[in-house]
Amino acid sequence: MYDPTVARLTYRALLGRRRALILGALPLLLIVIAVAVRALSGADDQTAADVLGGFAIATMVPIIGVIAGTGAIGPEIDDGSVVYLLAKPLKRPTIIFTKLIVAIAVTMVFSAVPTLIAGLILNGNGQQIAVAYTVAALVASIAYSALFLLLGTVSRHAVVFGLVYALVWEALFGSLVPGARTLSVQQWALAVAHKVAGGDLVTSDVGLTTAVVLLVVVTVLATWYAGQKLRSLKLAGEE
Amino acid sequence: MAVEQPLTSPPGETTRIHDIGYRGYDGPRLGRAYARRSLYSQSLRGAYGLGRSVKSKVLPMLLFAVMCVPAAIMVAVAVATKAHELPVAYTRYAIMLQAVISLYVASQAPQAVSRDLRFKTVPLYFSRPIETADYVRAKFAALASAIFILTAAPLLVMYVGALLSKLGFAHQTKEFAEGLVSVALLSLLFAGIGLVIAAVTPRRGFGIAAVIAVLVITYGAVSTLQAIAEVQGHSGAIAWIGLFSPVTLIDGVQSAFLGATARNPGGVAPSTGEGIVYVLVTLALIAGCYGLLVRRYKKVGL
Repeated sequence: MYDPTVARLTYRALLGRRRALILGALPLLLIVIAVAVRALSGADDQTAADVLGGFAIATMVPIIGVIAGTGAIGPEIDDGSVVYLLAKPLKRPTIIFTKLIVAIAVTMVFSAVPTLIAGLILNGNGQQIAVAYTVAALVASIAYSALFLLLGTVSRHAVVFGLVYALVWEALFGSLVPGARTLSVQQWALAVAHKVAGGDLVTSDVGLTTAVVLLVVVTVLATWYAGQKLRSLKLAGEE
Repeated sequence: MAVEQPLTSPPGETTRIHDIGYRGYDGPRLGRAYARRSLYSQSLRGAYGLGRSVKSKVLPMLLFAVMCVPAAIMVAVAVATKAHELPVAYTRYAIMLQAVISLYVASQAPQAVSRDLRFKTVPLYFSRPIETADYVRAKFAALASAIFILTAAPLLVMYVGALLSKLGFAHQTKEFAEGLVSVALLSLLFAGIGLVIAAVTPRRGFGIAAVIAVLVITYGAVSTLQAIAEVQGHSGAIAWIGLFSPVTLIDGVQSAFLGATARNPGGVAPSTGEGIVYVLVTLALIAGCYGLLVRRYKKVGL
């Protein structure tokens, strides 16, 4: 199910040259903010939860997920070089699974690790906040990667649709229509984080069971459908 | 028309030039200004998908509708309830829907410049009478106009609605004019930032993500920091933090000089001195983006 060569090519496509800089800029900004906030206000649990929940989980993780998830397959389909990969005697689901693993790994490294570091800087893991948000980032990384990898195989405008989901649906609709929050990867991940932290600082709108079931269903379904989609991939020209 | 030139070369020479009848162009030459205008109008149409495929019309038109519908609903509510003031001020509208504007910039800025770079068609433009600065100015003006249309249209809807429901003419006109100045600044700033980022990331997808990251992430970071400064009682820092993201920059300019209420936590409006810094930073950013674009195209593909 896992092919090292495909994985190596995907890593190079994702992290080659300047792309690693775009991915690295966001976590750096988070850590800079964490240092600034710590210097400005000292260690405070509520502040730490605000920064990690409002910036790291709500903005940074989805955007890194979009870049890594769609970037793992989108550009290849786009410039047509995916045919050389598809022509090799590899099962299409194997290609998708390998790319998913790579996307998850990249998203985790660039989102969960900085979240943990920022949490430790902010309040030294008081009330398990740093660990809770790190777990949320890890869980969200898996679901986002699967979702956006699927988008990358379905549409040529995957990045736009991914961003519309991450920013408009989760942020805007989520704050206006309470029902939209049930269908949000962010809230599912926060439900898991709530279980880890235990207190009232990390809250979610969905129960733990629902969240875990939905996370697993979305991840498995998206990966399976992306594999199916790749089996009947049509290459189209620009526009 | 193919006239065989009589063979005048000495015997033994077999090479000769045929006139195969290509016709020269002796019509009017429309020149540099015309080329620049065409590039401007084509780019502006392209920013709304006009003259492109149906698929590429969907997103800009959808975002345009999303921008206008809330304005229409507000007008309808104001007319129905006979209110004395529109529910949302003109200057506040664009800030409220900044996510939509950011998405529009992120989707259309790469469309305007990245494809020319990706398919290496830029040298073809420069083989026409236009210069580097013409190309940059035409693209900059086109994207800024497109964003201005996107942000000014809902204001126009609100203004017409306000007049129809007989709200004070002079008062509404003044506020409408202030709103237009604010969105004009916003259009120039967003267009500049979007184009600079799109021009250095020609690869499909990455340009969009980079523009969104700069616009949205900075806004998220600045809002988070402002909220914390407010809670911790550092109200003086709020205005200075606002300098670091495009949205809060425009918000600061309009709350200092254009009679808007600041949207930051605590509603702290910058003082006049801070307001001047805001205006200077905004203008410097716009000029800087223009300068960077000209520099970028000085050496592209030639």
